[in-house]
Order: sequence, then structure tokens, then C-alpha cells
Amino acid sequence: MKTLALTFATGLATLALGPATAADQADQIIRGQYQAVLGDCVGCHTRPGGKSLAGGPPLETPFGALVPPNITPDAETGIGNWSEADFHNMMKTGIGHDGVRLYPAMPYPAYTKMTDPDLSDLWAYLTTVEPVSNKVEANQLPFPLNIRFSMWGWNLLNFSEGGFAPDPSKSAEWNRGAYIVQGAGHCGTCHTPKSFLGADQDSVFLQGASLQGWFAPDITNSARSGLGKWSEDDLVKYLKTGVNAHSIASGPMAEAVENSTSKMTDADLKAVAVYLKSLGSDTVVAAPAKPEQARMVTGEAVYRDNCSACHGGDGAGAGALFPALAGNSIVAQGSTETLSRLVLAGSQAVHTANAPTTPAMPSLAWRLKDQEVADVLTYVRNSWGNAASEVSASEVAAVRKELTQ
Amino acid sequence: MTRILPRKDVVIVGLGWTGAILANELTDQGLDVLAIERGPWRDTATDFNIGYMQDELRYSVRRDLFLQPVVETMTMRNDPSQTALPMRDFGSFLPGNGVGGAGVHWNGHTWRFWDSDFKIKSNLTNRYGAARIADLQVEDWGVTGAEMEPYYDQFEYLAGISGKAGNIKGQLQQGGNPFEDPRSRDYPNPPMDMTYAPTLFAETGRSMGLHPFPTPSANMSRAYTNPLGVTLGQCTFCGFCERFGCANYSKSSAQTTVLPVLMKKANFEVRTDSEVLHVDLHTGGKSARGVTYIDSSGEEFFQPADLVLLCAYGLHNVRLMMLSGIGRIYDPGSGEGTVGRNYCYQTNAGTQVFFDDKNFNPFIAAGALGQTIDDYNGDAFDHGPLDFVGGAGINCIPTNGRPIGTRPTVPGTPKWGSAWKKATVQGYKSTLSFSSQGSSYATRTNYLDLDPTYKDRFGRPLMRMTFDFPDNDIRMSNYLCDRMEEIAKKLGGKQYAVGRRKKGWDSVPYQSTHNTGGAIMGIDPKRSAVNTYLQSWDVPNLFVIGASAFPQNAGKNPTGTVGALAFRAADAIRNHYLRNPGAPLVQA
Repeated sequence: MKTLALTFATGLATLALGPATAADQADQIIRGQYQAVLGDCVGCHTRPGGKSLAGGPPLETPFGALVPPNITPDAETGIGNWSEADFHNMMKTGIGHDGVRLYPAMPYPAYTKMTDPDLSDLWAYLTTVEPVSNKVEANQLPFPLNIRFSMWGWNLLNFSEGGFAPDPSKSAEWNRGAYIVQGAGHCGTCHTPKSFLGADQDSVFLQGASLQGWFAPDITNSARSGLGKWSEDDLVKYLKTGVNAHSIASGPMAEAVENSTSKMTDADLKAVAVYLKSLGSDTVVAAPAKPEQARMVTGEAVYRDNCSACHGGDGAGAGALFPALAGNSIVAQGSTETLSRLVLAGSQAVHTANAPTTPAMPSLAWRLKDQEVADVLTYVRNSWGNAASEVSASEVAAVRKELTQ
Repeated sequence: MTRILPRKDVVIVGLGWTGAILANELTDQGLDVLAIERGPWRDTATDFNIGYMQDELRYSVRRDLFLQPVVETMTMRNDPSQTALPMRDFGSFLPGNGVGGAGVHWNGHTWRFWDSDFKIKSNLTNRYGAARIADLQVEDWGVTGAEMEPYYDQFEYLAGISGKAGNIKGQLQQGGNPFEDPRSRDYPNPPMDMTYAPTLFAETGRSMGLHPFPTPSANMSRAYTNPLGVTLGQCTFCGFCERFGCANYSKSSAQTTVLPVLMKKANFEVRTDSEVLHVDLHTGGKSARGVTYIDSSGEEFFQPADLVLLCAYGLHNVRLMMLSGIGRIYDPGSGEGTVGRNYCYQTNAGTQVFFDDKNFNPFIAAGALGQTIDDYNGDAFDHGPLDFVGGAGINCIPTNGRPIGTRPTVPGTPKWGSAWKKATVQGYKSTLSFSSQGSSYATRTNYLDLDPTYKDRFGRPLMRMTFDFPDNDIRMSNYLCDRMEEIAKKLGGKQYAVGRRKKGWDSVPYQSTHNTGGAIMGIDPKRSAVNTYLQSWDVPNLFVIGASAFPQNAGKNPTGTVGALAFRAADAIRNHYLRNPGAPLVQA
């Protein structure tokens, strides 16, 4: 009944504004498609090589596996029998069709900030995509977490519903950036450290977090571990092409660049850059103690034999092909999870229209022992102006174990 | 039981240089393209891993990346009176295998043939009279240097060739090859920094009035982004090019120039580890209806397609035509038939100069890092008083100083034992090598056909190669050896050795993987298998792309011309063939 009433209300509103023309509808669908880009719906809801939005590969969370459902308008297995109101409600509260509570792997704590017009546009678009019949068993969590009602308590503790509140003291551009980053872009879902309940810790917003075997780095303006050395243009270039002078996107960020940020407008990317560059403090944190010289010598030997051909004897890298390690913020993160992973498993760069090369770091797990990886990472983290904590063999061993499980 | 698959617009046999170029061009045209590749998928980070790529034993000695004879070999003999026997191992030449083909493990010498090479028969006849070439079966290509220029340019910019133009729009350029045809612009990248041996070679040549210039190289002299947006890195001079994949993204290949773009296209697909058995023809044999292939599990498939492109290694293109009944197999007795006609090779010879007081640091090297002298190549010099036609580039390109294979010793050194060891230590750093890479001109009795006795693992006849160096080419090579001897003397050194080419081609020692011809292009369907767009005269919806189209080989590496012919065929298909699919582009 409630659904009906809402639909009726929407109908009235449309009537009041005059009949929507086909051109208006087309515009709305195109706007909605852009909202889907901002939200990177495809990133989670599409299986590699699978039909678009017909359900994604399992997300490994610390609590168990969740499988992103089919969100095509198929009535049986998708969201074909949802109403627009159901959709708005789900995006804002995490409560889906028929009152089913979602887990916050679906980033409704971010989407709740999206405006009603943007959600309406997105809904208009989602109703037009190809319906695909694909039944997805979304919830594969162990008991008692598999009881969706447990999310009632979680929400009570961790979730605050509410739209984005612009900061009138800041520019329109900054506010647009904040809206994208906090809302549809849901950057914090990966980049913000989580509490033991898996909720974003707002006090360390975007300061870097571990997920799915990667460490999503600090993307505040912090000079040491964040984007302090990046200009706004650097950031725009990175998000647009996946590559800039400081870094090359790979791993989960490669997917985000490929499906989402590379397709955003230049104005939105600039807004995101302005906002991210305003975050965090520029206060200089005391550099960690320099590693012992003997360790640096060992690390340098490993580096020369295994890394220098591509990354250069001076860590300067080679443009869009091999990232510079000198001054690279990934190198300076507090967690070495990503670094260990890159050396052990290798990684391939993102493919975008502007940077199609997809150069790759080869796996060196077969060649380097944990101690050698730790030594070379310690050397890289403390050479050419870099300064970061030493890496232990046990940190590397933990990543190796995770990779071979 | 053959499974019939859904139709494709285009099926390409082999995903090396030519397959990748054609696939990229035709998918740009909107066609649905499938490539079928006999070997495995290969890419840089996983297959040419920097941690193990520089393994000389695995890749150079044991030839890990090459076609293995158990998959396909051929029989060989020197003349039609002999009985051919199978090559139990590849030696003289090493065909590629897998995605990227031989373009994965080449050195990267990237040449343009000259107008005088393309018009060779008419040119030599005009200049020296028909009697001079009476023993040969040379043919004009049916194209001019000017017609080929834009396609060479396209390939060189795709591949990021490092070099120095010798002639831009008719203006000679200081430091380039003065004998080359006019080009529309310079190479995309400057020449590589020279090491000592080629520098000394060039200085010596120049002092003799010769015209040395940097060898055009597919090893990057600097980071380069090609017109497809794909980036290559600067070469590190590691000296692991030929027989190796490049671990540093600095040698151009399908992997480093085309595949990153091609593989992302929704209208492209590759099926690896799948061997095409034959092209299937419609009744009457006038058009292809697809190909039959077998995958690694032994299951057989029929893949229907509107257009079939043979882009395998040149020799394999020829064999597939023979196995599919396309055209008529050449008969050296009657001179009739075109498939297998004009098989040619390369006529090489080498020179070593031994010094006591020089250190060439041969391990600082790249596959195409060197200097070339073209004063005695092709028709650059007057053959009037001479007893041969053709010529050779003289190349000082020390491609590597790898420890197993680089063991130069002065003549007379024992082949093993402590004296040999001592000599290799002495010779390693102080030996300068250079070579002549000579033309190979067709004769009536150098050809390819199907062997009457030996079969492959699927029961198909092996191809039979009948080849020996023609007397003309031996005389040419001897003349070049005399010229090399002059350079060797001028270089100084305590001793030199010239290894002269002799009659009796031997398939065992490595010589060159520049096998050309067998499905040659031309304007006369009685003397060529494909027209000048590489379209089969007999089956117009079939194109045969590769060095198989060369009517004879020049004194240059073939890849540049193979790439240019691929772009030319792609252009013809996109802009002419598709307007009237299935029709011949040239009326016979």
C-alpha cells in the first residue's frame, strides 16, 4: 500500500510538471547511467566475463563471503519487481524489497548521502538495462551473521541515515567533490579503516585500510603516506587514465578506475581532487628510525638483481610503464600488505582508453624468500628520500600464506 | 565427429605479427574476428618473467619458445634427384610457436626493401640483360617502393623503430642509409646508443669510403607510445633478444604493441592451443567456408567464416594451402603450379676479427643494436663487370654476450679441453664479429611441396623443402666475403677469419629464420599464388599474409616488409574487399 501511494505521488508530481517527453526520459536515463558510473555498480555486480549487472563474484569480508546480487530488471532473479520507492529506500537505509536487510558490503552507508533526483535517475537507468535471468545466493555468511536481522543491531550502532550536507564555507567544487567521494563514489568503503564490527571509523576517514588481501592506501593529503606530493592534476590524471608520474593503478583500484573513475567527467574528477587534497593534516610526522646499514646493503643487493631493470637503479621508474618507487606513497603506507603482495604475486596495471598498455609486475614468490622480500622492501621504503618502517619476514610470510590458501 | 561452431566474419590462422595487425584493423572495421593459434597464450609478465627470462640454457639452447618438431616438422633435400628426409630437430631455422609467433623471439632488425627489390626482374633485365638472370626465377612483386612506403611507415610507427632516416622525401640525410628509398618522415625513435664494436666498425667503414649507419631496431632507444596508445620502455641492453621474449617491454612484438588493445575488444577472440588442420572450401573449390581445427584435447571443430586469413609462419601458410587444395602445387618439371614456387632463404657469411688490446664488453647488447653498410646490397652497386646479381647488407650487430653461446676462438684452437677454455676466456671480450646477410634469389628447383612418404601426428603429409644455395648466390656471397675481408684487414687486430658460404645447404647449424616464398605475390596468376593484396587468385575470400608472399628475398631481414604487407592487405580488405566481399580485387 505504501509502495502504491508513493508511486501515485510520483505520478502526481509528473503530472504537475507536465508530461515527460521521450527526450526528457532519454536524458534521465543518460544521467542515471552516469550515476551508475559514479557508484561503480558494475564493479561489484558483474562477474568477470559475465553479463553486466547480473551478479558479481563473491566479496570476501572478514565475516564471510557475500555475493553481489543480480540487479538487472529480471522479475524472477533480479530487481524487476521492485518499485522505485523500494530502490530509494534500500539505497538510503539498507533495507531492500520486502524489508530484507542488506549487509553493508553494499555501501548504503555511503549511498544514503545521494540526493533523491540522482537516485531517481539511477533507477530510471537500471530499469533499462538488459534483464538477465541469473539466480544469486547472496548471503553465504556463517550463523549467526547469516541472519539478516542481525543487521538491525549493526545499523543501530554504526549507521546514520541522511543526505549529504554541503559545507557553505567551501566552494561548490569542493562540495561536489565531497558529495561524490562520500556518496556515490563510496571511496571510504575501501580506503577508510574499519572497526571490529566492520564499520567505517570516521575519525580516520580515507586514511587507508586493508581489504581482500590489499591495503587500500591513505588518500588524504598526508605528506608521507597520502597524496601530499600529488598535485590536483596528478590526481585527475590518475583517476582518468590509471597512470600518473607517481603511481599506476592495479588490484582493486584498477577495477575502480576501469569501470568508474576513467568514465567520470573531467569536472567531477577535478572536484574529487580538490576535496581529497583538502583532507588530513600536513603536519610532518617524525620519520621512523633508519634501518641498520647491513639490512640496507642486503636489500640493495636483492633490489639490483630483481627490480632495477624496470624500476631503475635510482627508483625513478619509467613513466607510464614502471612506477617510480622514490616518493611513491604506496611504498610508504603503514601496512606493507600491498607491497608484499605485489612482490610475491605480481600485479597487472589497469586498462583504460588513454592508457591501454597494462604493464605487469611479475610474480617473484618462487624466487625470493620471505626474508629477502622483507629486506628489499625495507631498502625501497628507506631509499631515495623514502622513510617508512622496516618490514619483517613474518609480515611477508603472512601475505604469502594468504596468497597460497 | 566435428562440432560445428557459430559463424564468424573473419577467422585468422595464427596470432603473431600479421594476425595481430589484421585482427586489430578488421575489428576496428566492426567485424567479428576470431584468431586460432596453435601454440599457447603468452604475455610479458607471466611468460617472459624478468626473474627467469634470461635463462640461456632453457630458451637459447633448449629453445623453449620455438615450434617443436613433434608438433610439425618438414622433410628436406638439396635437389629434386634426392629423397627428402624429415628434420628430426629444427636447426638452420627456428619457426615460432604461440601467441606473438616468431615476433616474440626475434632480434628486431626492421628493414624496408627497395623499389629496385620490388621491380627486380624488370630492373635487372633492363640494366644487365635477360641472359644475366637466365638461371634464376626472379619475379617482380607487382608493387613499387612508393606504393609500399605508407605501409612501412605504419608498421615502423606501430613498432617504435629506432633508427636514422637516410632519405626523407628525396633529401639525403646525414648519418642515415644513403641507399634507401625516400621515406615520408624519420623513424619514430632516434638510433640506440652505440656500443664499442659497431662504433669501431662504422669508423673503419667510413675511413674506407663506405656508408655505415645505425641498424633500424625494434629495441627501444627510449620510452615510446605507439599510435594505438600502447607504451614500450627503453631497452636496458641486457642482450637477451633473439630466442627470448623481452621481459622489459622494450622489444616490439604483438604483445608489446597490439595485443593490449586487441584483447580488450568485444569483437575479438583468440583460441589458443588449437591447430587448424585445413581450410574448408565450398563445392567447386572457389571460396572458403571456414576452417577445421583441433584443440589440445583432440576434439575437432568446424569454424565457419566469411573471410579466412592465413597468418601463420610463411612455411606453414604454404603447407595449409597445399593441405586444403587451394591453388595448384608447383611442379619444377613443367614449371606449372604456383603453391610452393620460389622458396628462398638468406645467404649469409660471417667474419671475426681477433684483438689482443680491445675490450668490447659483448654482454652490453641488444638484438638490433649495431651498424650496417649497404654499399654492396641489392642494386646499390653496379653488377656490370660482376658475375652475379644481388648483394648483402654487412652488419656489425653484436646481439649478445651470453655465456654458453659466446665463445669466439681463433682458428686452430682445439674444440674442447683446457686450451679451448683458455682461448674462450681470451676471445670473449676482445673479438669483433660482423656478417653479410645476403639476398636469396629463386631458381626453378628450389621449392616446397608435400612429402610423398612422411606424415605428421594427424596423418597429414609433411611439407617437403627442396633447397640449395644457387650458384649466383654463392658467387654473390663470395664477393661480399672479399669485401668483408677488406674491412677486417682495415680493422687491424692480430687475426681474422671469414666463414664463406658453400654449396650444399645443411639444415643442422643455425643460419637464419628468414624462409620466404611459396605463396608469392604478383600480377600473373600463372606465376604467383596471391595477387598484390595477398588475396588468393584461386579462393578470393582467402588472404595469405607473411613472408610466404615474397617472390625472392633481399639482403635484409624480412619482418619490416611482412608488417608493411600486412597493413597493405588490411587496407585493401577494409577499403575495397568489403564493398564487394568474395570478389577478386584484381581480375586474373
